Amino acid sequence: MKVTMILNHRSQVFEIEPGEYLLDTLRKNHIYSVKRGCDTSSCGVCTVLVDMKPIPSCSYLTKRAEGKEVLTVEGIHDFADKLADYMGHEGADQCGYCNPSLALAVYAMKHENKAPSDEEINHYLVGHLCRCTGYQSQHIAIKKCLEADS
Amino acid sequence: MNIQELVVPNTIEEVYHLLQEDPQNQIVGGGAWMRLSNKEIGKLIVLDNLPLTNITETDEHIEIGSMVTLRQLEINPLIKNLYDGILANAVSDIMGIQIRNVATIGGSVMGRYSFSDILPVLMVMDTTLGFYHQGEQSLKEYMSEKHPEKDILLYIRIAKKTGRGYFKKVCKTVLDFAILNIAISKLEDYTICVGARPGAVQLATNAMKYINEQTTITEEVIEHTVQLALQDIHVSSNSRASKEYRTDLLRVYLTLGLKEVY
Repeated sequence: MKVTMILNHRSQVFEIEPGEYLLDTLRKNHIYSVKRGCDTSSCGVCTVLVDMKPIPSCSYLTKRAEGKEVLTVEGIHDFADKLADYMGHEGADQCGYCNPSLALAVYAMKHENKAPSDEEINHYLVGHLCRCTGYQSQHIAIKKCLEADS
Repeated sequence: MNIQELVVPNTIEEVYHLLQEDPQNQIVGGGAWMRLSNKEIGKLIVLDNLPLTNITETDEHIEIGSMVTLRQLEINPLIKNLYDGILANAVSDIMGIQIRNVATIGGSVMGRYSFSDILPVLMVMDTTLGFYHQGEQSLKEYMSEKHPEKDILLYIRIAKKTGRGYFKKVCKTVLDFAILNIAISKLEDYTICVGARPGAVQLATNAMKYINEQTTITEEVIEHTVQLALQDIHVSSNSRASKEYRTDLLRVYLTLGLKEVY
């Protein structure tokens, strides 16, 4: 079956199976920033924005994205680059696997709430697991990035 | 999960027809839980084109469309004002925002999941389910049915009553299922419901009967109520926790909860 979506600002048509999930469709079409990190819908590295809302692409049937705006980190270059700078400054990157999904989440968060408190940031980012760090340096980088943004 | 065909109907009648057509045809809510299952599905019926995503209020009720997402519930001001905000609180601690942006209240209710954080809260409110074919049914009735009729949930209606509420989810980490969850509401009467026992929601019937007969609530009354509840509510062991631990948790959090809503 066919599905039409606006992927990273371009309208695209994909040929898919009925039971296909957005994660697999994206990776089949060379969007490798979106990852598969678990089998239980819980790790967050497959996060993608659909109409500016973070969703778990591993658990989101591709057909349901019909007519919607889908963003991956490839579609938010400027912000992703800026956040990456701050992450680098704090030494927050280790393996980098969780970075793309985290960048999308922060992008969506600032769209909803321009000046979130520490508690609000922590609550919003639950569901983005990082195997390498203790989240602290990422948190500091995110705060500094948001402050610079405002 | 293996899906043969995916259908996105434009009318509710079409949905009902597809549902009755074949036992392997199934409605999907958000699909977050279904995705983890091993089911063989004929036609997966998606409700995205139906007007089921609104939260509205009248003088007496709040009506929540069955396809309203958990995230929508979490941030809605009407929901935040119900019974000390226990529904909004319960929902906000479920997984992360990604899952809450796809999981729906309809899916959560129809699934009757024993691990549900939402069901105990809905059980201590005046909650009615609105089905397409059967019409309205109280949540209590629906939860006690062994084999509910295959039907389409259109809305969940909660009576707007002013009362106190308490909700506690005990879990090891923020993303984990509950080891136990407890909901208490107090209007004129107390309602006490426990879930994730690990079994599904259970009301503490005798405990409720006792406390609702008392004219004054003293420490002794609360203590006796908790004793009765420990007999009403059956907990057991699983990989998450032992029966003994769940019993201890029940004793402590029921006491705290009853004192909080007093």
